[in-house]
Amino acid sequence: MLSVDLAARKAGLRPGTLVAKAQAFHPDLTIMEADPQGDREGLEKLALWLQRRIAPIVTADPPDGIVLDTSGADHLHGGEPAMLAAMVQRLRDTGITVKAVVADTLGAAHALARYGRARMLVVPPGGVGGAIADLPVAALRLPEGIVDGLHALGVSRIGPLAAMPRAPLALRFGPEVARRLDQAFGRVAEAIVPVRPVAPVEVSRNFAEPIGAAETIARMIGTLVPALCLLLEERGQGGRCFDLLLHRVDDRAEAIRVATAQPVRDARRLIRLLCEKIETIDPGFGIERMVLTASQAERVGARQALSLLGEAEEPDLSGLIDILSNRVGMRALYRVAPVESDIPERSFCRVPALAPDDARDWPDHWPRPTRLLPRPEPVQAMAELPDQPPVFFIWRGVRRKVKCADGPERVFGEWWKGDAELTTARDYFRVEDTSGERFWIYRAGDGEHGETGSQGWFLHGIFG
Amino acid sequence: MPAPEPRSALEVLREQISRLEGGAGRRRAVLPFGLEEIDSRLPGGGLTLGALHEVAGGGCDAQHAAAAGQFSAGIAARTRGRILWIVSRQDVFAPALMQVGLSGRRVIYVEAGSEVDVLACFEEGLRHGGLGAVVAEVARLSMTASRRLQLAAETSGALGIAIRRWRHPTGAADFGQPTASVTRWRVSVLPSVALPVPGVGRPRWRLELIRARAGDEAVFDVEACDGEGRLAQSARVANRLALPAILADGQGQEEAGRRRARA
Repeated sequence: MLSVDLAARKAGLRPGTLVAKAQAFHPDLTIMEADPQGDREGLEKLALWLQRRIAPIVTADPPDGIVLDTSGADHLHGGEPAMLAAMVQRLRDTGITVKAVVADTLGAAHALARYGRARMLVVPPGGVGGAIADLPVAALRLPEGIVDGLHALGVSRIGPLAAMPRAPLALRFGPEVARRLDQAFGRVAEAIVPVRPVAPVEVSRNFAEPIGAAETIARMIGTLVPALCLLLEERGQGGRCFDLLLHRVDDRAEAIRVATAQPVRDARRLIRLLCEKIETIDPGFGIERMVLTASQAERVGARQALSLLGEAEEPDLSGLIDILSNRVGMRALYRVAPVESDIPERSFCRVPALAPDDARDWPDHWPRPTRLLPRPEPVQAMAELPDQPPVFFIWRGVRRKVKCADGPERVFGEWWKGDAELTTARDYFRVEDTSGERFWIYRAGDGEHGETGSQGWFLHGIFG
Repeated sequence: MPAPEPRSALEVLREQISRLEGGAGRRRAVLPFGLEEIDSRLPGGGLTLGALHEVAGGGCDAQHAAAAGQFSAGIAARTRGRILWIVSRQDVFAPALMQVGLSGRRVIYVEAGSEVDVLACFEEGLRHGGLGAVVAEVARLSMTASRRLQLAAETSGALGIAIRRWRHPTGAADFGQPTASVTRWRVSVLPSVALPVPGVGRPRWRLELIRARAGDEAVFDVEACDGEGRLAQSARVANRLALPAILADGQGQEEAGRRRARA
């Protein structure tokens, strides 16, 4: 095991235990595969996040650390202790357990964060030597072989190691020990290579004279978009979300945002999407600067446009989907996919319009109504118990005599969803009235047992 | 070499009209119903593709559009490609569409907030041309709006179906207003064929072709769409099983029934 969470630690598990052994102690242990690559990427992301909030020079220190050079940045956060407290709190809020140490040198902070007792510590300037003297030599970032060798010599703490003469040490272990010691005590400078944020894909244009007419804005969009698409193409990316910022002369900004279903770098399509939204902005006294950003970009490979062999492809609908979703909203555009449930209102769910197809379909045993009312409407009905269809029913003030009916189709409550549905049942009938109109009505309950439902009748759908 | 036969004045006029309509040289593709009775009454032998068609429910169905919806789904199921279904309030039950052959995988729903948005999305869908059919549920459809839709459908060749659906049954009076659609249908439910056992038989509809460009109005009694979206000829004898006419009465009877229906 590489790592354990707090609950596992309380149960007595430690990193390094064999999985089989741990499972023997705790059979209900949740085990996840280690994902070093994912961890490293997550660390990089976190480093970028810290860079934007705490200090400009930040680097990820795999496998489990992040180094920040906060010189000159701590006063912005109210001093070192306050900065540390705020940072730890923010991280803890997002569910990350951290140990944070501020010290003069990277080596000392590294050692104290991993081998020190305190979860949060600020070492005063010049106090490094005292702070790390008691830590084990492994805290010095030394290779395992050297650490073992030092243990064999009876040196286990940093303090005694620092007091030893350098020459015999260098003779026996090479220059590494001296270098790490100097780094920890601040006698040798240690540089860190900061992470660099990925620059957003962005093009902008300033105008000598402010512009305001819709046609002019459209023309400028027409010049910005191809430039942006060129940038995207160079990176092999396509945009999912585009922001156009229009800075007005009175120092206010108007914005247009368009989102697409699939990564796009097709200039014509983008121009059309952006131009459709021009009417939503207020140019005021004029616009002096326009900035177009691809705020969300994804990799997109080249695709063969036309093939002479093979059958005709499905027409590409993503353009249409984008136009529609920018008009009515992403959520208002969907397909309906089956869900395994016998309760009609739970038997479907919405999926994105361009989601990949799955092969499932609804069962086709019984006729289903074309229209399903948003919620079942109570009706007054007269029926023979326990399992006869109603003789007549009154819905929305109209009394309908039932001429013939199919049913009952019994649907049981989903007991695994909650106690309320443990005993409930519905009996669905397809009924046809004397004028030929067909309805889907059900009785809440099985007609015999009170605990299965109120035994009232409801109309749930209308057949074509 | 024999002299070419002089063409009749009617043929010359027909040609002129078709040239004016912009369909010169090519026949419009159609989607036949597969029922001789209906197809023979429609110009071209079926529903014209690349055109706008209107469907409304009769009676109570003007409000619910259940039969009209099922009828439209049956038509859409017989086209190829995806279907765009535009609504302003969503109450379509997808498993029902599957039962007329329109799988949930093919239908993309658009829930537009207002009538204006419904029409705008309808037009975009028709203009795209990559869809099998575009179905929209609208209440008001002005001459101008329907002409835009018809033009969009003509340019792309998409099949447009406007389900006219009103919030109140009184709104159905609006269906008399002229629009630019090519055909206009009213679908009303009829009592199903009585079965010899208790139960509901196959649903039947009365299809009224209220308007057809270059065609006559007509009324058909049919059995509702089957699993592949096809209508069937209605069995005329009420106490018979809901078998196709050819099985129930034999070939000659079917012909006679057809003649009666046409009369």
